[in-house]
Amino acid sequence: MDFTDSPEEVAYRTKARAWLEANAPKHPSTASVIGEEGALDLDDMARAKAWQAKKAQGGYAQITWPKEWGGGGGTPIESVIFGQEEAKVGAGGGGYFQIGLGMCVPTVMAFADDATKQRFVGPALRGEEIWCQLFSEPGGGSDVAAASTRAIRDGDAKDADWVINGQKVWTSGAHYADFGIVIVRTNPEAPKHKGLTMFWIDMKSPGIEVKPIHQMSGGSNFNEVYFTDVRVPDSQRLGAIDDGWKVSLVTLMNERLAVGGGSGLDYSTIMKLARSLQTSTGSALSDQAFRQKLADWYVQSEGLKFTRFRTMTALSRGQTPGPESSIGKIIAAGQLQDLANAAVEMEDQFGIIDDPAMAPLAAAFQGGLLSAPGLRIAGGTDEILKNIIAERVLGLPGDIRVDKDVAFKDMPRGR
Amino acid sequence: MNFDYSDDQKFLKTEARKFLDAACTPAVVRGVLDDPARSYDEPLWRRIAEQGWLGAAIPEQYNGLGLGRIELCAIAEELGRVCAPVPFASTVYFLAEALMLAGSDEQKAKLLPKIAAGELIGAFATSEGPGAYSEAGIQARVEGGKLTGVKVPVTDGDVADYAVVLAKEAGRSGLYLVDLSGAGVTRETLKTLDPTRGVAKLTFAGAAAERLGPAGEGAALAEAVMDRAAVLLAFEQLGGADRSLEMAKSYALERFAFGRQIGSYQAIKHKLADIYVKNELARSNAYYGAWALNAGAAELPVAASAARVAASEAFWFASKENIQTHGGMGFTWEVDAHLYYRRSRQLALVAGAPAVWKERLVSQLERRNAA
Ligand SMILES: Cc1cc2nc3c(=O)[nH]c(=O)nc-3n(C[C@H](O)[C@H](O)[C@H](O)COP(=O)(O)OP(=O)(O)OC[C@H]3O[C@@H](n4cnc5c(N)ncnc54)[C@H](O)[C@@H]3O)c2cc1C
Repeated sequence: MDFTDSPEEVAYRTKARAWLEANAPKHPSTASVIGEEGALDLDDMARAKAWQAKKAQGGYAQITWPKEWGGGGGTPIESVIFGQEEAKVGAGGGGYFQIGLGMCVPTVMAFADDATKQRFVGPALRGEEIWCQLFSEPGGGSDVAAASTRAIRDGDAKDADWVINGQKVWTSGAHYADFGIVIVRTNPEAPKHKGLTMFWIDMKSPGIEVKPIHQMSGGSNFNEVYFTDVRVPDSQRLGAIDDGWKVSLVTLMNERLAVGGGSGLDYSTIMKLARSLQTSTGSALSDQAFRQKLADWYVQSEGLKFTRFRTMTALSRGQTPGPESSIGKIIAAGQLQDLANAAVEMEDQFGIIDDPAMAPLAAAFQGGLLSAPGLRIAGGTDEILKNIIAERVLGLPGDIRVDKDVAFKDMPRGR
Repeated sequence: MNFDYSDDQKFLKTEARKFLDAACTPAVVRGVLDDPARSYDEPLWRRIAEQGWLGAAIPEQYNGLGLGRIELCAIAEELGRVCAPVPFASTVYFLAEALMLAGSDEQKAKLLPKIAAGELIGAFATSEGPGAYSEAGIQARVEGGKLTGVKVPVTDGDVADYAVVLAKEAGRSGLYLVDLSGAGVTRETLKTLDPTRGVAKLTFAGAAAERLGPAGEGAALAEAVMDRAAVLLAFEQLGGADRSLEMAKSYALERFAFGRQIGSYQAIKHKLADIYVKNELARSNAYYGAWALNAGAAELPVAASAARVAASEAFWFASKENIQTHGGMGFTWEVDAHLYYRRSRQLALVAGAPAVWKERLVSQLERRNAA
């Protein structure tokens, strides 16, 4: 167990730091986490894209990806080191690319032919093209395999086009994405997991309509996406026909690693607030009940940080990381909600004010309070993640299924 | 960076597990539990000494193995898994660590080889009554090399040969080394929540006491010893928490209710997932503590506090929810779940309760933040 940098790591950190000092943007994009972009701001996006391009040029975009695909050809630990240094300079902007680079493009890389990979990997890596993930539907988000958006083959030719009709929902970034991966129903006669197929899709295709949804946090970052007779060549298929579930598992596996980054609010931010607030018995930081909670938050977030280091260690030894990675979002999302609420209550009557010009720390805690519910749902709800831990880590039985051997078209449906 | 046990350490841990699975069966633990006259299992203690574990972190110069603290952490985790009924923590994490931290060459030469050889049991005595002790409240007094006062509770105080005692001399606190077989020492064995461990009330009436470390620094030294012990105890707690989860899991797979395995109900699945999450966070914090302890890093007080808080919480949660998962069976004397429930209390209290450590953690963060 060695917590300090090895000589190679010191060298890498020094190099990264120097590069960041020379290149980090003076006015960084503020979108560092998905779902927190607020209203679409084209200037902000341009800044994020420019920074992504610069990182790609320096070999710091997707550090662990092979060099032949434009990645850094580096180790997971180098990627962590760069992330730490990048956070220190507050370079921001990753939010636009998280879904594409974290989930969609890895899926394309795993299932597409070489020409397709050549076409898409580079531009995505350089931030020139943004991707979205079209999985959830009104009829199922946790139950992705219940997708009913339909793709029907236009004719019997071996390479005949597909025609897609239906609706996706909660699609983050669909309103600015260039491409997406979409899971659709190709065989309603088969049980639900066996009749799905995955495609990549151009979001500018005729027949696609994107309608932003007003979120409870005030922004509109996720969307309804309607498909009306959208024509897709068979060459855009990822994986075999009716084998889309297997493809989606690759995406979802990556999702657990991609979603769940820090919100920027943690024990140290709330400590700062507490120190600045006076109560009748001194600063709010001297309140015993608060101090006990503060210790719990510290232990949780440090525990998560070190858990990530354990994952990195496993990767660097050529082992598959344990499912430790699936605990990250459960803890981070729940803690954000608790901590934001504790801060708001600490502000007492003033806590109700959500005006960045008035509320402490530019209303960051009020913002956290309103975005936390989304974080507990996006990328797998708390409940689904606990099912995953119970079943895949602990080996407990799967839930009793009433839909397993039923043809998709005969499956019971509610609202 | 490397955030795991090394291959050698893993090997040591696997061997320790094999040894303890055979040498420290539940029957051995229950032998102590069910017999009020026994404070520990002597044959097991002797066999542990033969393994060299008591001297694992003691330098070779004092006949120890001279391994690092991480090896000791690996052993601690395995001892915690089996609820070992031996005075290991008192002797190794407290007495030996106190000697290595503050002892004179003479004190070290006299006692460390005996600890390594298994010829000596230690104890660490700070508390004098209900509530967390404070330096200001310490009543035990030393005058002219003689100790007077009461320490209660003292884990393994009923069988220990030497105790490290926090006391005051001329109004300033110090740590004192006391030979418990000498004159002026009375011991009374106490009934506790965890009968698999021995606990005593020690009364000193002019017992010979030799200072350990500088005068006036007793309270600070006691904290420094407890930082070290906290990391090692965290590994015992982790071992116990993981074992509790395993027990709950295997019962959830075996037991049927309403025609299906209870482990197929989400209330049980999510409960066990919650235990898993807490255990993993505790493990990660404990690893950081192990690194800080082994490296003698300045971060030790923060790292040790975090390790202790996380491990105390994880073991408590795992041990109580393991009983719950077992239903009525869990409430029987016969099922081992209560051994872990009891041990979770012993380990969480022995070096100060979680609230005390949370406060220490926050005051360290405050200092760090102000600097
Ligand atoms: C901010 C945000 C961004 C998102 N971005 C995207 C995106 O880019 N692309 C995309 O495809 N989707 C996206 N989603 C959708 C997200 O993946 C789904 O909302 C989520 O998976 C839950 O699905 P649902 O909304 O249909 O809720 P449901 O699945 O209907 O769940 C409702 C409740 O039932 C519980 N539940 C459901 N099934 C079970 C079960 N088996 N056991 C126990 N409890 C269960 C859930 O935990 C939840 O509490 C986003 C969501 C949010 C909030």
